[in-house]
Amino acid sequence: MASLFLFTVALSGCSGSPLGYLDATSPIAGAIASLGLGLTAISIAVCIVVGVLLVVALWRGRRAHDLAITPVNDRTAIRWIGFGVAISTVFLVGSAVWTLLTVSSISQPAQASALSIDVIGQEWWWAVKYRSSNPAREFITANQLVIPVGVPVQINLTSKDVIHSFWVPKLGGKMDMIPSRTNVTWLQADKVGDFRGQCSEFCGLQHANMAFNVRVLSKPDFEAWWDRQLLPTAGSGDDPRLKTFLVRCAACHTIRGTPAGGILGPDLSHFGDRETIASGLMTNTPANLAKWINNTQTIKPGVKMPELHMLASEIDDVTTYLEGLK
Amino acid sequence: MTTVQPNMEVTSTRQKLLDIWETAPGLYGWLATVDHKTIGIRYLCTAFFFLVIGGIEALAMRVQLAQPDLKILSPDAYNQLFSMHGTTMMFLYALPMLSGFSNYLWPLMLGSRDMAFPRLNALSYWVFLFAGIFLYISFPLGQAPNGGWFAYVPNTSLEYDPGINMDVFALGLVFLGISTVVGSANFIVTLLRCRAPGMSVNRLPILVWGTLTASAANLLAVPAVSLACAMLWLDRRYGTHFFDVKGGGQPLLWQHLFWIFGHPWVYALVLPAMGIVSDALPVFCRRPLVGYTLVAISTVATMILGFGVWVHHMFATGLPVMSLSFFSAASFIIAIPSAIAVFAWIATIWTGKLQFTTPFLFFTGFIMLFVIGGVSGFMTASVALDWQLTDTYFIVAHLHYVLLGINVFPVVGGLHFWFPKMSGRMMDERLGKWTFWTMFIGFNAAFFPMHVTGLMGMPRRIYTYPADMGVGWLNMLSTLGAFVFAVGVFLFLINVAKSLKSGAPAGDNPWDAPTLEWATTSPPPVYNFATIPQVASRYPLWEDRLKETEERSIIGDAVRDGMVLDKGKETIGVTPLDAEPNVVLKMPGDSILPFLLSVGMTGLFFGLLAQVIWLVALGAVCEFGVLALWLTPEPHAALEEVEIHD
Repeated sequence: MASLFLFTVALSGCSGSPLGYLDATSPIAGAIASLGLGLTAISIAVCIVVGVLLVVALWRGRRAHDLAITPVNDRTAIRWIGFGVAISTVFLVGSAVWTLLTVSSISQPAQASALSIDVIGQEWWWAVKYRSSNPAREFITANQLVIPVGVPVQINLTSKDVIHSFWVPKLGGKMDMIPSRTNVTWLQADKVGDFRGQCSEFCGLQHANMAFNVRVLSKPDFEAWWDRQLLPTAGSGDDPRLKTFLVRCAACHTIRGTPAGGILGPDLSHFGDRETIASGLMTNTPANLAKWINNTQTIKPGVKMPELHMLASEIDDVTTYLEGLK
Repeated sequence: MTTVQPNMEVTSTRQKLLDIWETAPGLYGWLATVDHKTIGIRYLCTAFFFLVIGGIEALAMRVQLAQPDLKILSPDAYNQLFSMHGTTMMFLYALPMLSGFSNYLWPLMLGSRDMAFPRLNALSYWVFLFAGIFLYISFPLGQAPNGGWFAYVPNTSLEYDPGINMDVFALGLVFLGISTVVGSANFIVTLLRCRAPGMSVNRLPILVWGTLTASAANLLAVPAVSLACAMLWLDRRYGTHFFDVKGGGQPLLWQHLFWIFGHPWVYALVLPAMGIVSDALPVFCRRPLVGYTLVAISTVATMILGFGVWVHHMFATGLPVMSLSFFSAASFIIAIPSAIAVFAWIATIWTGKLQFTTPFLFFTGFIMLFVIGGVSGFMTASVALDWQLTDTYFIVAHLHYVLLGINVFPVVGGLHFWFPKMSGRMMDERLGKWTFWTMFIGFNAAFFPMHVTGLMGMPRRIYTYPADMGVGWLNMLSTLGAFVFAVGVFLFLINVAKSLKSGAPAGDNPWDAPTLEWATTSPPPVYNFATIPQVASRYPLWEDRLKETEERSIIGDAVRDGMVLDKGKETIGVTPLDAEPNVVLKMPGDSILPFLLSVGMTGLFFGLLAQVIWLVALGAVCEFGVLALWLTPEPHAALEEVEIHD
């Protein structure tokens, strides 16, 4: 009973959870969720049947006064074992077939993907490269995936260092990111909105805080977003705030259209457009950014970004500059 | 030619046997004993100690996870704790604990006087102990293994994990693997040779089937992980490129080698424990196990299938869908033999006359946990569903239902069951029942909610989680449950301490159980049986009442023409299948050599760890010296043919 109660709680609770996958919003995650609910139902039924059998068996034998060992004939009992195993086998084979049908239906998208995105995992953030047949339209961003609604998107996964795993529960299953290999998976969202992604293979100190955001936009919004990403950075090269950024941050970070070209950290072009800071750890607000810059090792111990001990005025420059990059 | 003596005078024979078999007193005897019962109890105590250590690590992690965004443990401390928790439970608790049972029980159950290779038996214990210490030595320095018990490369390569942490892990597992392999070989040969006449394979207790199967699997599986660990260590310290991407190595090679070991290993951790239940549960149902043959076959079948499912740990690695489908189907099919065992246990209870003793409660509780762990395993067998479930708390729930449910519960039940045999005293029943209910409720409160946190998407191996995931209260419940479970383990230890001191005397066979270990005194004499038993059925102590055959087993001192074998340290050797006696085996005496060999080995491994060449050399010289002594033939050690006079 307790388990039934908890499962009910679970099923309702999972809908509210940002990483719950039973309320899927994609054909892939939807097919998996149906399979998951089906196998869960079978599992609960098995537990109930065995539980009832066990309780009845215990109840029947509870008041044994005569504990003498007597000759036994187990022919009937063994027949019941055979019966139980036969039923189990039917369900096991049925579940295996259902699984294989599901796998074959989701391993390839129904239509060819027009959009192909590379995601490169690294300790402990995500580099994202938008591919295009026109090289001028390609660009790099980080820790945020923006995709159009209703179409399959091909995701090419690899890693720069250790093994990570790419997982957006509401949109699809996991796929590992393995250095020297490129694994291909695909996402397709049924509705617009924001969805949480998370690294799900242990990857060292900050595995827990290696998340990202997937923003699903309508097709026109998506096209507009892409065009905006290609626009040159606002502000002139004489901007004193950009100068502060170049002195303090550009060794690791790139901003397209400026001399900032570091490749060790996330690309910060159009930073103001992003939902989160530090790979899903904090919402992207000026206050959070200001707090992050000088306290990286307290907020995300072990993160590769050093504590820069910047002056208040420098932090103010950098924060204002970055948040302005829409 | 040795002749078999008729049993003339019980007391003098016993004294004679005692003189031959007894271990010398003092420190030397303590280090040199090869008595399987002493070694078995040492295994049990050491493994239980590691269970407590691993449990304390788990409690520390549960405190950190009790609420979102807690900062009680640093990420590094958390990673070391979960790595050591897994390593401890998998390698230093679960298998050694079962080895302890089998070491203690096999010769008694099989009607023999010792294991086939008593000195090898002592060696496997010492190596286990020293490897355990080796794995823990860096813990106080904050340099313990921190890459998980699965130690995936490249996260564990020198580049990303520059301390000695993973060197300790890699060398420690190679070191420990020696113990496992030596022990497994010993079990297999013991089964083939050291049984009482008449103990044919269709009369073996299921625990023996379980350990035999697990041992055969270990011989095939452990080399894979030893090799992988050696390769990891070479990559780290000598710049080889087995797994190094920059040198053309393959990270996935590690995962294949690890899981081709790891999955059979999981079955090796549960099959002997299932055997404990299959043997001991029927005693409290006052009848034999229903479907003995089916259960024995299902044990072996599980293990064979267990070698064909390792890729289900790698469903998300991007392997071709075709091969994943094969492994997914195999993972479903492996549930069939388990179903056989579950229905056999239920049928045994259904048709039995029940005694609600503490061990009985543990074994019945185990059946329910087995089924819950089984169905969550069934869900993860589905490759598509596993793409969502893998690496979430759902898996943590599953593996704890499997490993605690199918290992710890039978083990604690089994300790209650055989404690009277080992100590000569009964355990307290009332405290025992409190222990069971505390452990059972604590366990379910701790681990059942993890299914739900997993379905809500909480990833594994994270040291913290944000509040907006909504899993805070479930984690708090898990933490509280873990502490309740810990109280249960503590109650058990109190019961042991109390019963050792003042438990009621047990007598030879307090449970009126059917197998041979109950035919001798509690605790058994060092030579186990004054005369070698002759076995005529599967349940020697019940056969007068079961009336299955006309023949009767011959056990005990009263029989005039049993085999006494009091010419020296001897036991009888039999043919592998039918257990026809065909040789008298001369058993080696106590020896300090196994201990010395282990000490040398420890020096060698510490030398390798610290890269200190003179220590490596010293260890190696010591090893060769001891081995030379060990292998020097002793006079009269040759096997002699024997005639059997019925």
